[in-house]
Amino acid sequence: MALDVQKIRGDFPILSTEMNGKPLVFLDSAASSQKPNSVIQTVRKYYEMENANIHRGVYFLSQKATEKYEFARIKVSRFIGAPCAKVIIFTRNTTESINLVAQSWGRTNVHEGDEIVLTELEHHSNLVPWQMLAQEKQAVLKFIPLNYDSTLDMTNLDQIITDRTKLVAVSQMSNVTGTVHDLNPILRRARQVGAKVLVDGAQGVCHLPANVQKQDFDFYAFSAHKMLGPTGVGILYAKEEILETMPPWMGGGDMIAKVWKEKSTYADLPARLEAGTPNIAGVIGFGAAIDYLEAVGMDAIRKHELELLSYALERMEDFGGLEMYGPRDLSVRGGVISFNFPGVHPHDVGSILDEEGIAIRVGHHCAQPFMDFMGISGTCRASLYLYNTKEDVDRLLDGLKKVKEIFGRVLKR
Amino acid sequence: MSLSDELYKEVLLDHYQNPRNYGEIIYPDLHEEGVNPLCGDEVELFIRLDGDVISEIRFRGKGCSISQASASMLTECLLGKNLSEAKRLLRELKANLLEDKKSNYAEEYSDLDSLEAVKKLPARIKCAVLPWNTLEKAVEKFPKAI
Repeated sequence: MALDVQKIRGDFPILSTEMNGKPLVFLDSAASSQKPNSVIQTVRKYYEMENANIHRGVYFLSQKATEKYEFARIKVSRFIGAPCAKVIIFTRNTTESINLVAQSWGRTNVHEGDEIVLTELEHHSNLVPWQMLAQEKQAVLKFIPLNYDSTLDMTNLDQIITDRTKLVAVSQMSNVTGTVHDLNPILRRARQVGAKVLVDGAQGVCHLPANVQKQDFDFYAFSAHKMLGPTGVGILYAKEEILETMPPWMGGGDMIAKVWKEKSTYADLPARLEAGTPNIAGVIGFGAAIDYLEAVGMDAIRKHELELLSYALERMEDFGGLEMYGPRDLSVRGGVISFNFPGVHPHDVGSILDEEGIAIRVGHHCAQPFMDFMGISGTCRASLYLYNTKEDVDRLLDGLKKVKEIFGRVLKR
Repeated sequence: MSLSDELYKEVLLDHYQNPRNYGEIIYPDLHEEGVNPLCGDEVELFIRLDGDVISEIRFRGKGCSISQASASMLTECLLGKNLSEAKRLLRELKANLLEDKKSNYAEEYSDLDSLEAVKKLPARIKCAVLPWNTLEKAVEKFPKAI
C-alpha cells in the first residue's frame, strides 16, 4: 500500500517550519530523524502527568511509569522479532550499546591473538570501541574490504574470518553510501568458525524490516532517535544465552541484587546491564515511535524510499558533473545519497543549500576509513525517510544548480 | 546580493582557486599544523624569519573554500611583516570574527573583508579562523616573538 505522504507530513510539526525564510527541506534523517506529534505528546504527557522514577516507588505514579517503561521494552522486542523483552537492554545510543558489548562481552571473551573482523565501511561507533578493546587485549583487527561500488568484497571471506575470529561486527546499512550489506555469507562463515556476529543496526532498523531471530544475529545495536523516537535512547539486543554470561560493565543503582560494604550481587537481566536512572521519558516516547512506524508499516516505508531514491538518482545523474557513491543496484541500497561536486568542498555545498532551506549532511560522516578508501575528504549526503517527497528532491536539485552557478569556475568538470 | 554571492564570489573564490604562497619550506623557523577534527579541514604553515621579519611564508592544506582562502590571504598579508604586526593582525581578525568587533583593516589587508560574510554562517567561522589559530600556535612556540 502506498504511503499517504501528505498525511504523514502533517504529523511532523517541524516539516511545516521555515529555514532561512524558505520552507524546510529536511534531508538529514540518517543523522537523526524528525519526530511525529504522537512522540512529542507522549514525552510531554509523561512529564506533565506521569513523571516518577521507575522500579523503586510503591506509589501509584512510580508503578505507572515502570509499567509504561517496561511496556516500551516489550514493543521493542516485538518490533525486531526478539523472543522476549528481557533481552532488550536500554542504553543511551548505538555507540553505548556497542561499547557495552566491547566492555562486557569483549573483555571477557577476547584474548591476546584473537581476531575481530570489521568492514572498511564502518562508522566510528563500530570501529573505535574495537580498536580500544584490541589495544587492551592485544587482539587483532581485520577488515572485509570494499568494492569500488561500496559493496563488500566477500571473495576472501574464508581467509578473513578464521578459527581465531571471536567477533564479526558489521553494519546492516551504511550511513555513508546506503549500502545494505548481504549479511548471510558473513553469518554463515561466522557460524562455521564459532564467532559471534554483532550487527550495527543504527541505519538499518529504521528503514528495513528486521527479525533478529530469523536472521540469527547474536547482537543487534541501534538508536531510537533515527527511528522517530527521542534522543538519548539506545538499544542492545543479544541472544539470551550470551547476555546471561555478560558481567555488568557499569555499577550503581538498579543493577544490584544485594549490596554489602565490600561486595554486591547483581540483578537479573535486563536490570543487570542498566545501571542508574535511565531516560524514562525517552524510552516511553520511543514506544510511541514504534507504534507510529508499525501503523505505517516498514514494508511501505521501504517501498516509498526506494521510489524516491530511484527518482533522485536519475535526476542527479542527468544533472551531470556529480561524483556519486554507493551501489546503483537499489536492491542493496537504502535511501542515502552520497555525492560530490569535483572541485567543491562538501561544506561549501552544505552552506549554499542551507541558504535555500535545504538540510543535508556534509563531511566525513564519522567514517574516515571510507573517505581514505575513496581518496576524498568527505561527501555531501542527502538521506530520505518516510516524510520526504519528490518535491524535496526537486528542491535539492534546484539548490545544486545554485552551487554550480556560484562555483562554476572552480568545478573540475 | 545573497549571502552566497557575497561569500563565495570574487575575492574568496579567487584565493580558493589560485592560492597564494602554496607549498612548503624545507627548514622553516616556524612550523605548525592545524586541524578542525569535526570537518577535517587542514592547514599547515611554514615561516622563515629574518630577525623578526617574515621573509618567507607558505601553506599547505585541504578543506573548504573558506579555510583555504583564509590561509592564502594570511600568507599574502604577512609576507614581509614582522611578528608583532602579525600578532596585531591576528588579534584584529579574531576580534572581528569571534567577538563581532568592527574590523578596520588597513588598505593592504582589504581582502580580509571578504571573510566578514562568514559571520552570517556561524557553522563556518571556525573554517575562516583555522589558519589564524595555526599561526597563533606557531608564534607562541617562538619565544622571541612574545
